[in-house]
Amino acid sequence: MQIHDNPTLKAEARNLNFFYGEAKALKNINMPIYDKKVTALIGPSGCGKSTYLRSFNRMHDLYPGNRYEGEIRFYPDNTNLLSPEVDPIEVRMRVGMVFQKPNPFPKSIYENVAYGLRVRGENNKRVLDDKVEHALKGGALWEEVKDRLNDLASNLSGGQQQRLCIARALATDPELLLFDEPTSALDPIATGAIEELVHELKKRVTILIVTHNMQQAARVSDYTAYMYLGEMIEFGKTDEIFIKPSDKRTEDYITGRMG
Amino acid sequence: MTAPNASDLPTVSDRLAKNAMRHASERIIEMLLFAAAAVSVLTTVGIIYVLVSESIHFFQHVSIVDFLTDTQWTPLFDDAHFGIMVLVSGTVVSSAVALAVAIPMGTVIAIYLSEFANGKVREIAKPVLELLGGIPTIVFGYFALLMVTPLLQKVFPELPGFSLLSAGLVMGIMIVPYIASLSEDAMRAVPMSLREGSYAMGATKLYTAIHVVVPAAFSGLAASYILAISRAVGETMILAVAAGMQPNLTWNPAEPAATITSYIVQVALGDLPHGSIGYQTIFAAGLTLILITLCFNILGQWLRRKFRENY
Repeated sequence: MQIHDNPTLKAEARNLNFFYGEAKALKNINMPIYDKKVTALIGPSGCGKSTYLRSFNRMHDLYPGNRYEGEIRFYPDNTNLLSPEVDPIEVRMRVGMVFQKPNPFPKSIYENVAYGLRVRGENNKRVLDDKVEHALKGGALWEEVKDRLNDLASNLSGGQQQRLCIARALATDPELLLFDEPTSALDPIATGAIEELVHELKKRVTILIVTHNMQQAARVSDYTAYMYLGEMIEFGKTDEIFIKPSDKRTEDYITGRMG
Repeated sequence: MTAPNASDLPTVSDRLAKNAMRHASERIIEMLLFAAAAVSVLTTVGIIYVLVSESIHFFQHVSIVDFLTDTQWTPLFDDAHFGIMVLVSGTVVSSAVALAVAIPMGTVIAIYLSEFANGKVREIAKPVLELLGGIPTIVFGYFALLMVTPLLQKVFPELPGFSLLSAGLVMGIMIVPYIASLSEDAMRAVPMSLREGSYAMGATKLYTAIHVVVPAAFSGLAASYILAISRAVGETMILAVAAGMQPNLTWNPAEPAATITSYIVQVALGDLPHGSIGYQTIFAAGLTLILITLCFNILGQWLRRKFRENY
């Protein structure tokens, strides 16, 4: 795999701590996210990888008692995503997310993809048609649904629903796309389609993906971070992490001795 | 260590084997439970039997066509007319006024409680709201007659002392808690993952509530509206007290009018001889009422099935 020696920074966690009430879930995380690359977060359940991911679009703001410390710098404008002065809605306009379980809205396929555009005030039919088609093509779903855009999204299969959710996130051209175990509810064929899609998407967008599946991390990512008990144990190029991890704990996890 | 011999272990059939004593007591309990269930079913059957059989007597004297098309309801006059539409119009207008108040207000309250209120507000507001549903309807009736009507008369001086408007408004307030409480339950049952999906797209709380939560909870909302309609159509006391009881074919809420229910109260409390045609009118009216609510219940079932959301 070819990786440029000087990739551009898209985001960077600096001394990031996170608390669920009193419980400290993330401990002093420092990590770069490179532009137009796929970065995988691996680690055993409860290690904080989803918590970390959900900090990037301020999902924790939805629930009372959650608290961030430190910064997530977002480039090129060097905004601190976690700053109390930054509106979480502004953050979510720039950072898209795909969830563990497909969560299409109780609307038609078309309206699901158009949702983010409508949220941004776009109501011009021609613009919407155009962007919906483009996004569905980006989500590798267009050929399957182009004749039934007005069907309810809940009629699609699980794998199609997840690709619809990806198309929904793509429609608004996010700068960073978060994937929270996007294939854990899918069968191997649907999983393969999503992985292929992730590979395709990194030409357009920076991707941060949480996965339980180490083969998946190895297959789709350029960089990998191993987390354990809320700490970032090791970060590096995926090839290096999987071939010669420098930390004993990473090696134990990757080789299946733990987790 | 060797595995225990299979014959040493109690088998399923041993433990559940028929035991004469237990069998007898279970039979008795089963019969009691069946009897309890049967009482409610038989009561319903009995009510419908009485209504239908008395109505048959009624319709031997009055043709169904007259019953449905006559524009006068004067069963006690010498020149008796039996146009049920007169009473239906009162019921429809008062229910429409009530629903025009209750559906928007109840839905807005439900959206607030489910999507915006924090836990503390909800813990206080919901029981208080449900208390409102526990107020006897006769109290609401006097509230309509002695408070709301005079207030309305300050705005509309021509409004008579009894009106469908005043009774309907108060009836709407009475129904609000039912809609709010049931709708809130339906909206809270919408999984958090759907809301998160919407927030992650950059939507605000209000946008999420209107475009994701309400559509997802639609079958529950529809059920609460149907229940509200059934309550409004069947409500008696508020209308008997505040809407006046003279039969009046009108679609104008500012007029007084009798409804199906308030007419039944009037006749049932009067001294008409049993078996007379005037007395039998209340069974025909009652049957009409049951058919109306039955239609709405069927509509409600259908809506529930059509819009059931499997998350």
